[in-house]
Amino acid sequence: MRRGLVFNIQKYSVQDGPGIRTTVFLKGCPLRCVWCHNPEGIASEREIVVLETRCIACAECRRACRFTDEQPGEGPLPALHASCDLCGRCVEACPTQARQIIGKEMTVDQVLRVVLEDRLFYEESGGGVTFSGGEPLLQADFLRQALAACKGHGLKTAVDTCGLAAWEQLASVVPLADLFLFDVKFVSDAKHRQYTGVSNQLILSNLRRLARVHSSIWIRVPLIPGLNDDPPELEAIAGLAGSIPSVRQVNLLPFHRTGMAKARRLGRDPVLADLSPPTQDGFSAALAPFQQRGLLVKIGG
Amino acid sequence: MTDRTAKLRRQSLDTPPSISCERARLITEFYQANQGRYSTPVMRAMAFLHLCRHKTIYLGEDELIVGERGPAPKAVPTFPELTCHSLEDLKILNSRPKTWYRVDDSCLKLYEEVVIPYWRGRSMRDRMFEELPSEWKEAYAAGIFTEFMEQRAPGHTVLDDKIYRKGMVDFKRDIAAAISRLDFLRDPEAYAKREALKSFDIACDALMLFAARHAARAREMAAAETRPQRRGELLRIAEVCERVPAQAPRNFHEALQYYWFCHLGVITELNGWDSFNPGHLDQHLLPFYRQGLADGSLTPDQARELLECFFIKFNNHPAPPKVGVTAAESGTYTDFANINLGGLLPDGSDGSNEITHLLLDIVDEMHLLQPSTNLQLSRKTPDAILKHALQVVGRGYGFPSLFNADAVVEEQLRQGKSLEDARAGGCSGCVEVGAFGKEAYILTGYFNLVKVLELTLHNGVDPRTAKQLGPHTGDPAAFRNLDELFAAFRRQLRHFLDIKIAGSRLIERMYADHMPAPFLSVLIDDCIQKGRDYNAGGARYNNTFIQMVGLGSITDCLSAIQQACFDPVENGGGPRLALPDLVRRLDANFEGDEVLRQRLVNRTHKYGNDDDYADALMLRVFEACFEEVDGRPDARGGHYRVEMLPTTCHVYFGSVTGAMPDGRKAGRPLSEGISPVQGADRRGPTAVIKSAAKMDHVKTGGTLLNLKFSPGLVNTEPGLEKWAQLVRSYFRMDGHHVQFNIVRADTLRQAQADPESHRDLIVRVAGYSDYFCDLSPELQEEIIARTEHAGF
Repeated sequence: MRRGLVFNIQKYSVQDGPGIRTTVFLKGCPLRCVWCHNPEGIASEREIVVLETRCIACAECRRACRFTDEQPGEGPLPALHASCDLCGRCVEACPTQARQIIGKEMTVDQVLRVVLEDRLFYEESGGGVTFSGGEPLLQADFLRQALAACKGHGLKTAVDTCGLAAWEQLASVVPLADLFLFDVKFVSDAKHRQYTGVSNQLILSNLRRLARVHSSIWIRVPLIPGLNDDPPELEAIAGLAGSIPSVRQVNLLPFHRTGMAKARRLGRDPVLADLSPPTQDGFSAALAPFQQRGLLVKIGG
Repeated sequence: MTDRTAKLRRQSLDTPPSISCERARLITEFYQANQGRYSTPVMRAMAFLHLCRHKTIYLGEDELIVGERGPAPKAVPTFPELTCHSLEDLKILNSRPKTWYRVDDSCLKLYEEVVIPYWRGRSMRDRMFEELPSEWKEAYAAGIFTEFMEQRAPGHTVLDDKIYRKGMVDFKRDIAAAISRLDFLRDPEAYAKREALKSFDIACDALMLFAARHAARAREMAAAETRPQRRGELLRIAEVCERVPAQAPRNFHEALQYYWFCHLGVITELNGWDSFNPGHLDQHLLPFYRQGLADGSLTPDQARELLECFFIKFNNHPAPPKVGVTAAESGTYTDFANINLGGLLPDGSDGSNEITHLLLDIVDEMHLLQPSTNLQLSRKTPDAILKHALQVVGRGYGFPSLFNADAVVEEQLRQGKSLEDARAGGCSGCVEVGAFGKEAYILTGYFNLVKVLELTLHNGVDPRTAKQLGPHTGDPAAFRNLDELFAAFRRQLRHFLDIKIAGSRLIERMYADHMPAPFLSVLIDDCIQKGRDYNAGGARYNNTFIQMVGLGSITDCLSAIQQACFDPVENGGGPRLALPDLVRRLDANFEGDEVLRQRLVNRTHKYGNDDDYADALMLRVFEACFEEVDGRPDARGGHYRVEMLPTTCHVYFGSVTGAMPDGRKAGRPLSEGISPVQGADRRGPTAVIKSAAKMDHVKTGGTLLNLKFSPGLVNTEPGLEKWAQLVRSYFRMDGHHVQFNIVRADTLRQAQADPESHRDLIVRVAGYSDYFCDLSPELQEEIIARTEHAGF
């Protein structure tokens, strides 16, 4: 059976659609958003992460490493080094789970088993399962099978997408998803290129095409101070959302800093290290253009 | 709050708890003068009458609901006939850093000259320790179990709706009828029954006298009062106290005052556990409330003010002082009166009403330590009630706790109660289930499951003292698999439960024979009909509980042993370790073994993660406890049952238990209730709930699950909605109870650093809430350590 690369399965996920949900995060993303909240979801390969708060500096990882001779210094190993082939010995040796491999190859059945654990909570709350990422459509075959398996068990499904995928792939999951959570970062293509590394032309055209064939879309806008919270940009996004009848809700997701700590744990330098989360005043200003268009808009999921 | 109730609340919060020796003096002089004159029940009733006749009447400035157990708010009497405190005990009470009670020199003098000389050797506690066998005392000293009845009387019970229909004169009529039915010709117990019934009758008189003294005092004060408004209030108080408890109440004010007199009667007669409790207060008050609004004699604001005055009365009454192990197992000022909201009516329909909302508003606004409140949530309870309750919980004061009213009914049906009695029941104390007004459900003590496993790993020897306390069940080297180890654990468990239950039965009989509770017996069916005291099996239903502590810890210990010592290496995450080797490392408290300890903490299967590897072991322990305890006869005609709650005993039990295979170091607290080991749950609240629900809660008399949420997760409307659905989901799985601490760890750290500014910080501890700054440092650390389910 086909396997997917999963980097997290989050239970009691309360921000990714209606009700109590389980969110399955698939690894790999075509965007490089500078504020990324889930940097561990970007690469399509497995990676090693080090949680500094858990490390007790016992150096069991160093003793377990097959390439110790090539490692300078002493004490615990850093997250990254050139010779690492992700054999996992250091992770197995770590007594505190400070070292972990991000990304696990899982079959549809394995994912389904975890998702079904919380079935009663979905029933009680009108919740279900959300596939997110990264970008789940990067593993479109796996996503399709996983969605079909969930639907087969009567679960409500949602797909959280950045929208950057071949239309045929997006279209192929339309019959299997009860809800799309569709990210819109910028309407301005220049800014989109500057801060996510890619053009938004395909994304926006996918959104419009999706709206013609699917009736339940929530637009999700990460609210990044100084980048997309200026009135012209928010007006443009609200205008777009207001022009699409399938849009049932808009969620403004305030920037938060957890992505920064996560990037460091992956051995990377975060880009927006000094940025502060938006304030209450910023929220009201951001909500206004959406409310003026009669859209249901919420801060958070 | 009105100005009046704000002032009374402030006074209640600011008055330091103190010991009053008045009761000790009165009870001692009564016993000295009357020893040998009456049968035991009548002696107890006459002693109660003496107290009601002579104790100081307190009627405070601005009060509307009147009456105190002591001579003033927060002045706590002692019960030397149960526990005769030594001078040393009193000095410790005065000086200990937590849950202190001020003791003045006159009190010490009275104890030295009068109280101790009379009661030493005569108190229940002294006689009990004289009677109990040495094996019981050794197990008790080792911290295998505690004993509830060594400092406080059986109690634990709750009132139903009978006082709202009947006055003391009506009860006296019932008692007279019961006496007239006695058959001295044929019934060998006729004399005993008549003495019991006589004692009940005297107790009714005593309470009426107590109320009449309040009425007289109110009239005196009214005569001297110059402010017309207060004079009017005092006259109204006098009228109320002239009506109740003698006659059934006619209005809202009388109903509240009547209950309060009953409360004071019960907690003055004896110091029973969990004080006393009005039970379904919203249901009981509803007719008076609606009638008052309809005939214009009551406004919602007046009802609210009276209820606030009523709540403050509970807060004026810190628990009777406890010392030694009992102080450690229940280290709190709270006395566990736990008002039930919502629930079901006896006909099975929804019991919530407008007073439910009113009481929730009051809890929200006043956030007093006492009384506790809980929501009895049934399938029929509207979401509006649940959300209102969760909004109050969301403020972070820990109230109300949430109970599954449907499971509470099922639990009672399993125990053989009638459907109507079960529905009229509810929960009291921490999480205990009972048929209100009709049951003696008595907790006997906590039981340290983890300590029993420690003894099993040492062939019956307690490694702390090197004493052979349990049977020889095999050296660790002899166990070839977990089944063999578990069989040995089971033998040790049975051994110590036999010791505990034999001791409890002895103590139960001592209370039945020497320390009846005539006034409480008036209030609990069917004591009058049977002519038998509450403490002797007079109640319609009798159940006796042992509270199991450390379920999460022992599960994780067994899981770690299975994984580290018995599983094939390729299966588990750990290095294969021989069990004797593991035990040696435990004996050394993991000294120099931090890597192994961390592996045991982090790399083994843990309870609380919806992981069947661990949860199956939890079930095995639970079933063993249930099978060893449930259905054994108690000494009042009822049965022993299990409960899964710790109060603060998991801290004490941890302090006497060495390092264990779950990676816990010696002396650290055990897990509490049925919650996972602090920090062991890593898959969020749904996984904790799934794990906890694998146990059959319906077979227990109560389980306690504690979840800590950060405010961010619940303070939005969608967050509240999903939180409510989470609770409904747990209850759909037959979960018995869940409570939430809504607080940030950094707030708690600030409170530790600056207690002065955080005096009003109340947190959920375990079945009850307490002032954070009053908790022991270990318990403070533990509350902080409990997994904070931060936002995702």
